Amino acid sequence: MKKKPIIAMFLFGLLLIPAVLASCGKIPAASSSGGEGFNWLLNVISQLSSGIWASLMLFAFTIIFSMPLGLLVCFARRSRFKVVELITKFYISIMRGTPLMLQLIVVYYGPYYVFKIPLTPQYRTYAAIIGFALNYAAYFAEIYRSGIEAVPKGQYEAAKVLGYTRAQTFMKIVFPQMVRHVIPPVTNEIITLVKDTSLAFAITYIEMFTIAKQLAAAQSNIMPLFVAGIFYYLFNLIVSFVMGRIEKKMNYYTH
Amino acid sequence: MKLLEINNIKKTFDDLEVLKDISISVEEGEVVSILGPSGSGKSTLLRCATMLETMDSGTLSYCGESAVTEVDGKSVYAPKVQLKKIQNYFGLVFQNFNLFPHYTVLKNITDAPIHIQKRQKGEVVEEAMSLLEQMGIADKADYYPCQLSGGQQQRVAIARALAMNPKILFFDEPTSALDPELTSEILKVLRFLASEKMTMVIVTHEIDFARNVSDRVIFMDEGYIVEQGKPEDVIDNPENDRVRAFLAKVKG
Repeated sequence: MKKKPIIAMFLFGLLLIPAVLASCGKIPAASSSGGEGFNWLLNVISQLSSGIWASLMLFAFTIIFSMPLGLLVCFARRSRFKVVELITKFYISIMRGTPLMLQLIVVYYGPYYVFKIPLTPQYRTYAAIIGFALNYAAYFAEIYRSGIEAVPKGQYEAAKVLGYTRAQTFMKIVFPQMVRHVIPPVTNEIITLVKDTSLAFAITYIEMFTIAKQLAAAQSNIMPLFVAGIFYYLFNLIVSFVMGRIEKKMNYYTH
Repeated sequence: MKLLEINNIKKTFDDLEVLKDISISVEEGEVVSILGPSGSGKSTLLRCATMLETMDSGTLSYCGESAVTEVDGKSVYAPKVQLKKIQNYFGLVFQNFNLFPHYTVLKNITDAPIHIQKRQKGEVVEEAMSLLEQMGIADKADYYPCQLSGGQQQRVAIARALAMNPKILFFDEPTSALDPELTSEILKVLRFLASEKMTMVIVTHEIDFARNVSDRVIFMDEGYIVEQGKPEDVIDNPENDRVRAFLAKVKG
């Protein structure tokens, strides 16, 4: 049932490309034959492609690192040891309270300014991934925490009376229920991440948006930015589709 | 043999003294009902007995094995290994069932016996199925708790507790979340268990049920046991004024 609107939205997204192109006077399509406009689009896409790849890489590695890291941060935040809890709270408040762009700059340029360690292009990629992972881990930690706290106390008590250890209770009883609770907010976060990858331009990490901006400047035409926008949009359609499927799959029970 | 022995238990929450000085012992095969107004400490007593709550002072033992001893007027809990063993002696059925919503009925019942008690899977499943049969819900084995009525959920919860083969089973207001029709389903199950000589301690507001099924009734008020004895004595001819007043109210 739910599939249909998603597909409709997807098609709408695809239709948007020529529609936007045609509506703009600056583009070749309006002034000359349709074939030229198509070639121009292919050209833009091929120039964007290395950036698309870089954006996808950053996205994928951020997810791979930040989602498990978020769970560790969440544990630390819920620690019985007050010191650990306070340090984690401070970490989360810094990550959420300052711009991601600033954090990226600190991670990338920090070692150079503080320790005079020379900057390398390789480190640029690492810095982007580290900066994003640290930032997103803080958000995921808070989402996980809300998911864990939504599990009723009675579940812990039932598990305890049945003899489950604390670890078993978490793994078998709490974690699966938490996962279900957090899927909608995690989807939100992932969608934001897709768009946030464009912030990596702050440390001159060449991703899709950086290239689109360069193309726009070189052609003095806003259309390359629109094309980039359409790619973000399409990618997020896929994200919502996949997450929607996962959410539906987890809906085999209710409370 | 005494399955449960509680002596001089005291429990305070912040400044509120909930259990003031309570001693209870339960013999094998005995069915004990605990009655009393809300806030009298019935549930806290059960939660201390099942170690969901730690007691401040007093002792607790199951089958002659100490779970809690008293040193200088303070409760001291036995080492973890000992508690782990004692944990197997009792089961608890909650007012709100507390089934695991992400597990099927069968998995709710079999998971702990298989993974905690490390028993043979085949044997556990067989036993679980026969428990479900007894509860009249064998056809629900593959359902999720949310697909069942409250009465059915509570029967699953009882089966889950029984599957651990406890020597004594506690019930914390097992019918309070159910309507009268579903309540009678559960009371039927409890009557059946009583006829099978299952040792049970039941916190309940069902006065008639307590009279018909229990061997002994305990009446609690304000953290004390104010009266206990045979159901016909406590319920029909109470000596204590507060018991009389309470019973007059609930009987209407």
